[in-house]
Amino acid sequence: MGRPTLRLGTQASGLFPLELRELSFESHGTPIIDRVSLAIDGERRTVILGANGAGKSVLMRLMHGLLEPSGGRITWGGRPQRPRAQAMVFQRPVMLRTSALKNVAYGLKLAGVGRDERLSRAGAALARVGLQHLAARPARVLSGGEQQRLALARAWALEPKVLFLDEPTANLDPTATREVEDVIADIALGGAKIIMTTHNLGQARRLADEIVFLHRGRVVEHTPAEEFFRQPRSAEAAAFMKGELPWF
Amino acid sequence: MDTLSQSFVTALALVASFDRELSAIVLLSLKVSLTAVLIATAVGLPLGAAIAVGRFRGQQTLTVILNGLMGLPPVVVGLLVYLLLSRSGPLGEADLLFTPTAMIVAQAILITPIIASLGRQVVEDAWREHKEQLRSLGASDWRAALTLLWDTRFSLFTAVLAGLGRAAAEVGAVMIVGGNIDGVTRVMTTTIALETSKGDLPLALALGLILIALVLLLNAAAYMTRQWAARHYG
Repeated sequence: MGRPTLRLGTQASGLFPLELRELSFESHGTPIIDRVSLAIDGERRTVILGANGAGKSVLMRLMHGLLEPSGGRITWGGRPQRPRAQAMVFQRPVMLRTSALKNVAYGLKLAGVGRDERLSRAGAALARVGLQHLAARPARVLSGGEQQRLALARAWALEPKVLFLDEPTANLDPTATREVEDVIADIALGGAKIIMTTHNLGQARRLADEIVFLHRGRVVEHTPAEEFFRQPRSAEAAAFMKGELPWF
Repeated sequence: MDTLSQSFVTALALVASFDRELSAIVLLSLKVSLTAVLIATAVGLPLGAAIAVGRFRGQQTLTVILNGLMGLPPVVVGLLVYLLLSRSGPLGEADLLFTPTAMIVAQAILITPIIASLGRQVVEDAWREHKEQLRSLGASDWRAALTLLWDTRFSLFTAVLAGLGRAAAEVGAVMIVGGNIDGVTRVMTTTIALETSKGDLPLALALGLILIALVLLLNAAAYMTRQWAARHYG
């Protein structure tokens, strides 16, 4: 109840720009994120790129609100409140010991959606990721790719204005990866802002409108994707592109 | 050797004929231990889940204490409950000493730490796996604890069965607070102890057989539950 059926453009929702100012995060005295300042708009699909250990996952958790920054601040459309209409999909999907359908419905339950509506919305979300035929199956016995699509359905059902994805295909084979990417593209078309991390250049090419390149906890460049892949501005990104085989 | 085999045959006959005295003792045992398990589960599982998921000072200390209490000697629990319930004790007014209720109280105290401690371990492992996802979905810590109690229900069931096994097999606590009164507070273990010292082996053996069968059954149930759950829920 109370959710608009007509989807407003994400820009109109007033959540953006998402701004990070001098954002830092330390773990046991070691800086993981080092004074990052960044403004992300609500329109383009943002891919955070960088080598393992660059701080991509931590940066995403700070933006999503799972981690508290050690310094600096985050604002959404100029306000410090974290919007509720956001969801995150993790590298490894974690499902409860119940059916696929009920896993999706559980997220809606926490969001305060009534019983009948949550079952119908969960069913619709399963259909959108192509899993309606597995609705009654126990979620944890599904394949890795199916579970990740289920995680996307669980996030999608919440009708997030922002969807964070942390290396969503890192554990998947090429076919499952493509299926997951298709769902992500569909969610973006539906009007949700996509912010995702990957270290897979092929995937970044396929999904990104803009690249945030992270190196040792610092943002070294923030460039439109087309430009980035033609010629990155920073030496670090150029070195990363050389070293990293463009998969597929 | 002859007495032993003869006792064994008599014991089997007692079991097979559903001997009235024997059945009464077995039923009281089950009633006392099952009630104690019910209470210990109602207290122990939420306690274990709260320690697993919660964020408060003294969490580790509490975990260590709880683990330690798993090894509580039944006679000591019996002694403490005896002191509490005896005429001059703080709860003497209730007049509960030497009743099945006293035995339930003693057994519940004995196995609550077992169920709480095993439960904490199970929920803590699940919490490690689900923490970020549940927080991301907006679950409060107590909501997460409830969700994980449900999610780990099959593993927790085996924790509860472990508690039941311990309760049904202990003798020290129920002996002290129950008094082993014929027809009132005699349970399997206390009867075995008494009849053995009296030299009446058939009844003791019959009860021993039933007790062993019960413990085997509990373990089989725990094993099968785990297998079934792993196949059906992953």
